[in-house]
Amino acid sequence: MKLIIALIQPHKLPDVKKALYDAEVYKMTVTNALGSGQQKGYTETYRGVLQEVNLLKKLRIEIAVNEDFVEPTIQSIIKGAQTGNIGDGKIFVLDLPECIRIRTGERGNEAIG
Amino acid sequence: MTQEVLQISAVGLDTLWVLLAAFLVFFMQAGFGMVEAGFIRAKNTCNILTKNFLDFCMASIGFFMFGYAIMFGDGNVFFGLKGWFLAGAKSGANVPLYAFWLFQAAFCGAAATIVAGGMAERMKFKAYLIYSFAISALIYPIVGHWIWGGGWLAKLNFTDFAGSTVVHTVGGFAALVGTIILKPRFGKYGPDGKPNVIAGHSIPLASLGVFILWFGWFGFNPGSSLHVGDGSLIALVAINTNLAAATGGIFAMITVWKMFGKPDLSMAMNGALAGLVAITAPCAFVEPWAAIAIGAIGGIIVVLGVILLDKLHIDDPVGAFPVHGMNGLWGTLSIGIFGKQSLGLAYNGLLYGGGLKQLGIQLLGALSVITFIIISMTIVFKLIDVTIGLRVSREEELKGLDIGEHGMEAYGGFQIFMTE
Repeated sequence: MKLIIALIQPHKLPDVKKALYDAEVYKMTVTNALGSGQQKGYTETYRGVLQEVNLLKKLRIEIAVNEDFVEPTIQSIIKGAQTGNIGDGKIFVLDLPECIRIRTGERGNEAIG
Repeated sequence: MTQEVLQISAVGLDTLWVLLAAFLVFFMQAGFGMVEAGFIRAKNTCNILTKNFLDFCMASIGFFMFGYAIMFGDGNVFFGLKGWFLAGAKSGANVPLYAFWLFQAAFCGAAATIVAGGMAERMKFKAYLIYSFAISALIYPIVGHWIWGGGWLAKLNFTDFAGSTVVHTVGGFAALVGTIILKPRFGKYGPDGKPNVIAGHSIPLASLGVFILWFGWFGFNPGSSLHVGDGSLIALVAINTNLAAATGGIFAMITVWKMFGKPDLSMAMNGALAGLVAITAPCAFVEPWAAIAIGAIGGIIVVLGVILLDKLHIDDPVGAFPVHGMNGLWGTLSIGIFGKQSLGLAYNGLLYGGGLKQLGIQLLGALSVITFIIISMTIVFKLIDVTIGLRVSREEELKGLDIGEHGMEAYGGFQIFMTE
């Protein structure tokens, strides 16, 4: 089992969701995130004053999957979120030692699916 | 001597009344702004408010330069041709020109701002500026001339006391044309054709807006008397305005409750506005019981109208067309049903034994205005579309027009969560 964490541009969420659904990945957790990467933020003007914004708005998507879903999930996220511009985001893949469904007490692969 | 003093006092009182009403109608601009802001997503709030703010600025200047001359100047039965920049212009009522102008300019601003809601969340700001000048300097005044400026519809005894047709049908149908040309917001209709919910971001702001509009309407309708007299006319208009808004709200709520199981506040609010729009034309010519009926029917129309637009895949984020277009038409026609000759109408309405005469005139007038608006606004929006473009890019629409068009956020420092 793996835990896939992706940080993406907020406005790419509809595309990522669509790509994941097409790959039959329906379960996900989405939260707001702020962060900065290579781009080191951007500048904006407010009432004529230059403002440096160094933490950018991102979305953090977490998806726990069984082994055979790892690659399709990664490919879908890339397909949905990639524009080729700086700031498209990152995907982290972590080993997931255990997973429990609270309602039934099921564990492991059963609990994820 | 005393006679002269009384005369001056009467004109002073009328001027005060018209100016007070003009200030109230101006405040409706805030109401429109809040309703539209509340009914759309947080990421487009700066954009819609900038549009609401600037369209009143554009309308004021456009109506000063050309609009007033076209609407109230001497000319032919289709448009006026005298009084450009108010030079040599005459007042259309027994109050000074400047008071009358301000009152009419506030109305012009209301017609212009209705469209912002229907085309919200995807229309370019620059395109909106050009549109708002065109409607207030040219298109609204032409319709106004037909009905209030001694034009051909006025000569036929077509009646619209405070502007169900002149303001609301014009704004509502312009919004319909605009939203059809713009096409739906991204994600509004799924690939299977089912409409998705794109929920408004602030119901408190929207309800504040509706209350402000309701309040402002006490200037819009009673103020259209343009004189105080013995007070009986403005009293009748005021009570009719209030009753129609009330039953509009109640019947929209009942309709949506019966159809979908819950009393949806946003629909009840649309219903109150629908009642207000509907009573705007007939408010001086009907009894209070008729105002109750007119508002109630308006409330039902608005709910069915919203559902119909979704069936047709016409994306009107705030219900501008069902509220202003459909109920502008309904209010105009209702004069021919509930209107009374003894209250100053040319012919009795259907229910008072006057037959179809007044109703026929009302129908003819409404259909002519609708045809004119559909043709003229299609030309305006198509011209804007092929020159500077009407709609923002998909990228910008998803990011929000606040950052894309204005480089600022409505709620700086807050994290806005995007789920669509």
